[in-house]
Amino acid sequence: MKSKSPAASPLVWQLISFVLFFGVWELAGRWPVSAAFPPFSQTFVALLQMTADGSLGNAYLITLQPLAIGIALCGVTGVGFGIGMGLSRTVEWFTLPIFIILQAAPMAAIIPLITYYYGIGMTSKVLAVVFLAAPVIVMNSYKGIRNTHPSLIQMCRAFLGTRKQEVVKIILPHAAAVIFAGLRLGLAMGFIGIVIAELLITPTGIGDLITYHSSVAEYPRMFAAITSIIVVAALTLHGLERLERALFPPEMRGS
Amino acid sequence: MPDDAIVEVREVGKTYEGGVEALRNVNLGFPRGRLSTLLGPSGCGKTTLLKIIAGLIKPTAGEVWVKGRKVEAPGPERAFVFQDFALLPWANVLRNVAFGLELQGVPRERRDDAARRQIAEVGLSGFESSYPNQLSGGMKQRVGLARALAVDADIILMDEPFSSVDEQTRRKFQEDLLDLLQHRQKTVIFVTHSIEEAAYLSDQIVLLSPRPGTVSRIIRPSIERGKGPDEIRRDKHYLDAVDEIWQILKRYVD
Repeated sequence: MKSKSPAASPLVWQLISFVLFFGVWELAGRWPVSAAFPPFSQTFVALLQMTADGSLGNAYLITLQPLAIGIALCGVTGVGFGIGMGLSRTVEWFTLPIFIILQAAPMAAIIPLITYYYGIGMTSKVLAVVFLAAPVIVMNSYKGIRNTHPSLIQMCRAFLGTRKQEVVKIILPHAAAVIFAGLRLGLAMGFIGIVIAELLITPTGIGDLITYHSSVAEYPRMFAAITSIIVVAALTLHGLERLERALFPPEMRGS
Repeated sequence: MPDDAIVEVREVGKTYEGGVEALRNVNLGFPRGRLSTLLGPSGCGKTTLLKIIAGLIKPTAGEVWVKGRKVEAPGPERAFVFQDFALLPWANVLRNVAFGLELQGVPRERRDDAARRQIAEVGLSGFESSYPNQLSGGMKQRVGLARALAVDADIILMDEPFSSVDEQTRRKFQEDLLDLLQHRQKTVIFVTHSIEEAAYLSDQIVLLSPRPGTVSRIIRPSIERGKGPDEIRRDKHYLDAVDEIWQILKRYVD
């Protein structure tokens, strides 16, 4: 008896969903919905041209720099703050309210303020990434530490563990998966931050490609730039999610 | 109070923040090399008493003496088996069993050897590299017991170790525990709310009354330990002990 391989069918469904999506896009572009809405085929050709002439590659070199610097900063200091808040009531008392406010605030609103103080250079763009990414990174690290199972801590004490061993051997490994998830969500926010910064502060990188091609009415190229940043962000985050599952498989996670 | 008590509880009381009085004026001796159970309805403070003996909770009155020394904190002569197992989910069985020794700074090879021996003793050979979430409740508690045995403490404190294990596993585990303890000079203090479990396992049963917990009665069933498990469960002394405990505990059921 032969049956369809179970692994094949989700792939088939995924392909069908892609074909449907791009098909509808193509139809909508040809109808046309708007003069500024190019069909998928033209956008795809524009994407190939921009890749070939190097403009897309150059744009990403520029865009990804502040993003990488911002996420690296958050990865070190943000995770550090979160762990500090989780471990010490004093640090928690000082910093938790700030991050709760930051997490709830619409951060895009303060980007003009950043420009006012720090100008239109790299600093402002890095700050835009940091302001968007930091809250979720800090809060995840904090919650990961705080949610350590109390009986594991009691176990460590019952078997004569020191406070240092408690932190290194119980609390940090217990929080690692949640901290990593926080970094992944932080990167997602960072992508939003950098695109907003490049559109609001000064057009550079991908933001420049979008603004410039829009202003000269080359809509296929504008859409190619928009689509490419969406695809890059989605693929990066998906990759990180898979890495997360490989590093912290469910059977090794705390409840 | 028996003369050869290895653990002595003197006038211990515990009132939690917020005013809940869990224990009042508890005086108890636990004989060396014997298995004693703390038995009582929920809310009688039996787990609190066990954790005070372990040094995990500070009493608000009185003191606990272990081997002639006053308890201020956990010590190497006491090992704890937790109700919810308290295993590290990211560590395999071998590392979990060796964890007490790892905390003490015992070198890798020596602690792994000791852990392997204990894993064999509790009947988990072949599962050394499994992770806790891949094991059944009964197997997880065997890991918890092996971890307590691995540090070679004289006193093993067990907090309702079989409460989240199904009945047949529980019986098998009780029998294995008696076998395991027969050849070792371990003092075991065992918290349970099961009358049959207390009567089956114990040399000494401490009955606690609820809110606040006080010692209501101490029973020493004279069951011959040489017999097989099925004979014990039919033994007159065993049945008498079960009945006597029930007559007392009945009063606390509302």
